[in-house]
Order: sequence, then structure tokens, then C-alpha cells
Amino acid sequence: MHEKTIAELSLGLKNKDFSSQELTQAFLTRVKKLDPELNTFITVTEEIALASARAADDLLAKGEAGPLTGIPIAQKDIFCTKGVRSSCGSKMLDNFISPYDATVVERFNQAGAVMLGKLNMDEFAMGSSNETSFYGPVKNPWDTGTVPGGSSGGSASAVAARLVPGATGTDTGGSIRQPASFCGITGLKPTYGLVSRWGMIAFASSLDQAGPMARTAEDCALMLQAMAGFDPRDSTSVDQPVPDYSATLGTSLEGLRIGLPKEFFGEGLDPEIARLIHAAVDEYRKLGATVKEVSLPNMHLSGPAYYVVAPAECSSNLARLDGVRYGYRCTEPKDLKDLYMRSRGEGFGAEVKRRILIGTYALSAGYYDAYYLKAQKIRRLISEDFKRAYQEVDVIMGPTSPSVAFRFGEKSADPIAMYLSDIYTIAVNLAGLPGMSIPVGFSGSLPVGMQIIGNYFSESRLLNVAHRYQQVTEWHRRSPGL
Amino acid sequence: MSLTSEEVNRIAWLARLAIDSDKTDAYAHDLSGILDFIEQMSAVDTATVEPLAHPLDQAQRLRPDAVTETDQRALFQQLAPAVEAGLYLVPKVIE
Repeated sequence: MHEKTIAELSLGLKNKDFSSQELTQAFLTRVKKLDPELNTFITVTEEIALASARAADDLLAKGEAGPLTGIPIAQKDIFCTKGVRSSCGSKMLDNFISPYDATVVERFNQAGAVMLGKLNMDEFAMGSSNETSFYGPVKNPWDTGTVPGGSSGGSASAVAARLVPGATGTDTGGSIRQPASFCGITGLKPTYGLVSRWGMIAFASSLDQAGPMARTAEDCALMLQAMAGFDPRDSTSVDQPVPDYSATLGTSLEGLRIGLPKEFFGEGLDPEIARLIHAAVDEYRKLGATVKEVSLPNMHLSGPAYYVVAPAECSSNLARLDGVRYGYRCTEPKDLKDLYMRSRGEGFGAEVKRRILIGTYALSAGYYDAYYLKAQKIRRLISEDFKRAYQEVDVIMGPTSPSVAFRFGEKSADPIAMYLSDIYTIAVNLAGLPGMSIPVGFSGSLPVGMQIIGNYFSESRLLNVAHRYQQVTEWHRRSPGL
Repeated sequence: MSLTSEEVNRIAWLARLAIDSDKTDAYAHDLSGILDFIEQMSAVDTATVEPLAHPLDQAQRLRPDAVTETDQRALFQQLAPAVEAGLYLVPKVIE
């Protein structure tokens, strides 16, 4: 059962091959058996899951089920879940039992999905390896000596290990796409504003987006259908109709124009990864696409701009965590200053502190123009590079990450080394465009992902492009066999 | 761009973030490295470029000035480290 996709499980439930309770119990058993090693879950919500499964079986019996009714999923621990710890991977929120559900959680609940629990992540979504979590690192099921990627490392690893058929992730600089690439699964970061951020603990408000992570584009379409759409409670939520993502999965790719940015294929890209990307692009030629080189000349500035904008916004968002109203408070504070300084100093890990400090510096008097404002101008240049490219092509393809999953500790000594693992993904967040990663092969025993970037609100096309490739290849079906 | 320990401590105070005194140099080193990385931005002339604050260049959506929220203070204060009479308690500020 655990090898089936969401689409297959949905059919199985409808045909009464098994019940949601049986399915949920099977996955919970798998989690108990395999997760002590992988550490993908921070909180398993067994009682809630079984209660949801019972309710789902009632709906299924009455013929009132939707495509996600009774399907086990898990939520990245960045989403507030009512009555359940919502830690964001941090000591700061280890004691935080959320009094409400995030919009994303509400929508999955309304769709009848069964929440197995809350998934591990880099602390406050800051990281590319899931090594910064207060709850310990997550392991990549393909090789447990390697990282799953981050910050949605728990989500990617759990889906790859078949502990859950689908999970939510969030992506601020690549945190859905890069772990999807490292773990050989399919992940999608929607256009900024498509999915509500209400109840999603904020890291960088102009960059954060929630999205689905599963093993197929077909499954991601089912999940995105539940997640997407206007939410009046999120003031950056876009008010426009949501298409039927599943309806157009099978559309022909005849005449699709693919752009390959020359900046994505320069030095620093592992030659084996380059070879696999070009092989994948060849499959697209066979499906009727044309391919041309494009240029995104300001791409090399995306890292520097991002590492001003994201820390600046994070320093503002994390200012609310002060030990006063909720979350961690230091013991025996001497005075108010000590309460703030030590609650925050003890509650946050080193990477979070580094980013708060950089962000505070970049926004401080005398530096704002040179750093934050400058970064926002570069952001416009990057955005305009993409707009120009989309006059000539429909989608852009390239590697998701310059390397495969690296070993634990390999990049922890130097923050910049870690930051460079996001060089292909960051620009997409700066521009607010949608992007996916799909598995396109292996380098040694480790998965390699290809990134597909679309124009604004083109999720239907992205999912269609990914799905057609998955209909003629088998990489997405490979399993680490746990 | 090299940060001194003093500057690190100043920024840490602005951020209300305690740093162990034996780690200040390590933070200064890491932050200086990050600032060097960021320095690459100065390679391009952006004098005539407008900043992009929102990726889709949208303005803040407004809503009618009507009360929509209910009082949930009791629920939210269940999470607080210290409350009394509906107030959050902190160490004394004024002597």
C-alpha cells in the first residue's frame, strides 16, 4: 500500500480495496518502524489521524468523498495546527500548542485528508540540509549518511521513504525544490500569492510560499487543488479563480518552447548532473518541444540579494518571539532586557541568530539604502530578466541543485558553502514565479532533480509538463526500498 | 567587509539577542563572510532601477473598517508564560 501514489490510493479507497483506517494504520506502523532512524516527524498525531480516518470512511461509505478523503498526509511543522505542537523546528516554539489551524491545514481537513503528524524541518525554515532543527537532523532514505536537503527535509524524506504519500512543504529560497531533488521526489513552489500564508509561521514574507511534495506531478496537482485559492485572512493572497489542475495534466507538449539559461550550465555544475538534465530535455524534444538557450544575465546577483532580503524580513518576523506572550522564556530573568536577550539567545539556534543579525544590520540606520534597498533593485532586475525570457519561451529548465545530497557536516562549517546550494532556486522566489523539481535520474546512488520554472500563475502548465515526462520515464517510481 | 566584536554586540542589542561573549568573534567572522558575499551586489549600477518590494508589484489590499474578530484573549493567554488579570507579566521595568 505504501508504494501507491495518492491517485492510486484514492481509487483504492473508492473501490473499497481497503479502508482509510486500514491505510492510516499501515502508514502509522511504517512510521513507528522506520522513523526512529530517519527522524522525519517531530510530532505524530495518531489519535487525530485515526479519528479523521473513521470520519473519512463514513464519507466514503456514503459516496460523499473527494479525491483526498481518507488519504494520509503530513504537515511541515511550520504550519499552525490547532491543539497540536507547532514548533517550526525550534526550541523557541517547542512548547507552542497552536490555538488555531493554518488555512493550508484547514483546507486539507475540509478535503478529508488524514494528518499523520508534523514534519521535521530546518529551524524557522532557515537551512538547506535539515541539520539546524532543534529536534535533530533528518536522514536521506537513499543514503542515511547524507542530508535530505532543506528546509522541508522531513517532508521530502518522509515522502521518499514512503512513510506518507504526500506532505506539505514551504519554499522561501528553494526549500521545497532542493529537498525534492535530493530525495528523488516531485515538489512544487507555487506563484507567490497563490497559497495562503495565514497560520504559516513567517520567515520572509515577500518570499515564503507553501506547496505540495509527493512522488508524482499528478499527486501534486491533487494536493495543490486543495491548497490554492484566495484567503481574505492573508493580505498577500491573490484573488483569482483556481483552475482544475488535474484536468490538463495530459495536454500535448507539441510546440512547447523550453528555455535553458546559459547561466545555469556554467562552472560549478557537476558534469553528471548536467548530463542528466540534457538527457531529460531530450525526452521533451521527443514529446514535441523545441529548446533554445536563453540568458538571465543578473542571475549571479540572486544569492547576494536574497541573503539581504530574506534575513532582513526574518529579523522583522522573528521580533515577535520575545518570551512574553508565548514560546520559550528563559528562567529567572533579572529584568526585561534580560528576558528578551536570553529568551531569544537561548531559544534560537546559531543559523537563525546569524540571519537575524545580518538582517538587523542591513535594515539599520545608515545601511538600509546600501543593503535592503539595493537588494530590492536587484530583485527587479532579476524579475525583468525572467519576463524577457518568457517572451521567447514558455518554461525554463535547468538543474535544481549544483550537487546531489551531501554528507552530514560537509557544508556546516561555512555558511556561504551552504547558501550556494540554493543558487538555481533562489531567483525564482525573488521573482515570485512558480517552480517545480522532478526526479530525472541518479548520480551514483543519489537522486538528481531537474527544475522547471513557469511564468506567473502557470501551475497548470508546469504540472502538465512534469506529468508528460513522468508518463514516459520511470525515475519517479524508484524507491529506496525501506 | 569586516565587522568588529563591538559592532556585533551593537547589532545584537538592536535585535535583543544575547550572544555568549566567547562566541562574539565567531559571529563577527561568519557575519563578515556573509557581508563579503553580499558585497557582490555593488558590481551592478542600479541608480535608475525602482525597488521591487512585492514580487508581483502589488499594493496592500485594504478591507472595510469593520470589526470582524472576536475576543479570544483567554484562549491565547493559555499559552503565556505568566499572566494575571488578563495582563502578560514581565519583570519590573520601572524602579
